[in-house]
Amino acid sequence: MRALGEVLAGAAPGRRLHGAERSLAFADLRQLTPLDGPVSGARVLLVTGDQLSAALALLALDGHAAAIVLCPPDLAPEHLPVIAERAGADTLVTDRDPADLPGLDGLRHVACRWPLLPAQEAIGEPAYATEWLLLTSGTTGVPKLVRHTLAGLTAAIRLAPADAPPPVWATFYDIRRYGGLQIFLRGVVGTGSLVLSSAGEPVADHLRRLASHDVTHLSGTPSHWRRVLMSPARGAIAPGYVRLSGEIADQAVLDGLRETYPGASIGHAYASTEAGVGFEVTDGREGFPEAFVGRAGAEVEMRVVDGSLRIRSGRTADAYVGTAGLALADADGFVDTGDMVELRDGRYRFVGRRGGIINVGGLKVHPEEVEAVINGHALVRMSLVEARRNPITGAVVSARVVLEPGAAETPEAEVRAEILAACRSALSPHKVPALLKVVASLEMTAAGKLARPHA
Amino acid sequence: MSTRSIVYDTIAQVAREQEKVLPALDDDLVLLESGLDSLCFAILVSRLEDALGVDPFTASDEIVFPVTVGEFVTLYETAALDAAA
Repeated sequence: MRALGEVLAGAAPGRRLHGAERSLAFADLRQLTPLDGPVSGARVLLVTGDQLSAALALLALDGHAAAIVLCPPDLAPEHLPVIAERAGADTLVTDRDPADLPGLDGLRHVACRWPLLPAQEAIGEPAYATEWLLLTSGTTGVPKLVRHTLAGLTAAIRLAPADAPPPVWATFYDIRRYGGLQIFLRGVVGTGSLVLSSAGEPVADHLRRLASHDVTHLSGTPSHWRRVLMSPARGAIAPGYVRLSGEIADQAVLDGLRETYPGASIGHAYASTEAGVGFEVTDGREGFPEAFVGRAGAEVEMRVVDGSLRIRSGRTADAYVGTAGLALADADGFVDTGDMVELRDGRYRFVGRRGGIINVGGLKVHPEEVEAVINGHALVRMSLVEARRNPITGAVVSARVVLEPGAAETPEAEVRAEILAACRSALSPHKVPALLKVVASLEMTAAGKLARPHA
Repeated sequence: MSTRSIVYDTIAQVAREQEKVLPALDDDLVLLESGLDSLCFAILVSRLEDALGVDPFTASDEIVFPVTVGEFVTLYETAALDAAA
């Protein structure tokens, strides 16, 4: 496959792309495009409000554009000009009003629109090996750009045999993030169909929509799956394959899925935007076998260095883009994931992120940015923000606060309420401490720094 | 205070903090239709772990994910009894 659109040629008539409101046959998309202008050789900043628009644009762009910068839906618009500059973008493809996207006046505008138009350039006859530029989620400020190729993005995909029933793929993710993009690609390049998620759709409605399309292969984070297990509509679907990724899958969610979907094969996958798809665990147990690490010459090679998992494979990203001097891989070509693991009883288990980054249901939190807000309160001397393990979102933000000596005159409950109010007005909801405890002191290291786990 | 009233109070407290409007709470209310999102549930479970000393989602070998408020309360009542035994 040289371009994604190639698979559209001769796609079986039953193969469809289902959005929340519209459904399209893959075979028809060879002659139709959402783009109202030429994109050949363009470096495209793709900013879509709608997920189906993004899917259609990706099919039309791969092989024709020189590069696609795939912007996720929750990206702050003020970061777009810097991202466009770092990516060398010259064209804005969007289904939104360009007036709502300030600072991008230098880019040529191509609308991504409905209804679809007859394609001027035959989709899927590739002229370019398109660069796929994805955005990382683990950073404060402007996300980093990571360069992938279609070959690397699809390297982990194992197609079902041609005579097997065509799968119907779906994901609770958004396809504009690495985890969701993996499912989009599985839906497009195989023999099956794909059902997209829709932001804000209630879980029960989503499950019934999936059931109406007879979904067979379903993917989400452990947090997504816990919501499913708590839904009265959980029995509406009967997937043959259940996949978890993006967060640590604990034994409770794996057991809950096993009980609810006894006919399904259940796998939890490890993947990240930088390291690509690492591996999938299918034995129903949390963590992964010790034997996965240190297999020289395997398709995916893994090492544990200073407690952190490193991965080398053809699926990792090529490089960071637009941030000079920042290396994606070590001298041996291994990508450091920053995910800390511990070996116990022949099994590696994930214990958190290096640097204490907290993953709340797939959204990352830097403790320091929360501490900065807490420390802004006049009565706070110092604070320590860390992850607290949580069975619903994997982790929540927990804060311990040391007050100034003079603070005793103000009731503690009042100070706590003021600190939390300050956090709520300055931070996104998942960054606000779920637990806040006033303590007499915090542990310091010999070097006089706050003692942080895995720092 | 009983486990039941601690659970009910904590649900109301988390909803207030997260600015969610709750329908009248009763045992038949479906949790996912209560207006609480994943983050609210996560906070709720962590607060209850501190208040009651149990996390039934992690502690028990065979966890049945609760669908209604009543099932959620029962999960904590059972876990609190197990912890005391």
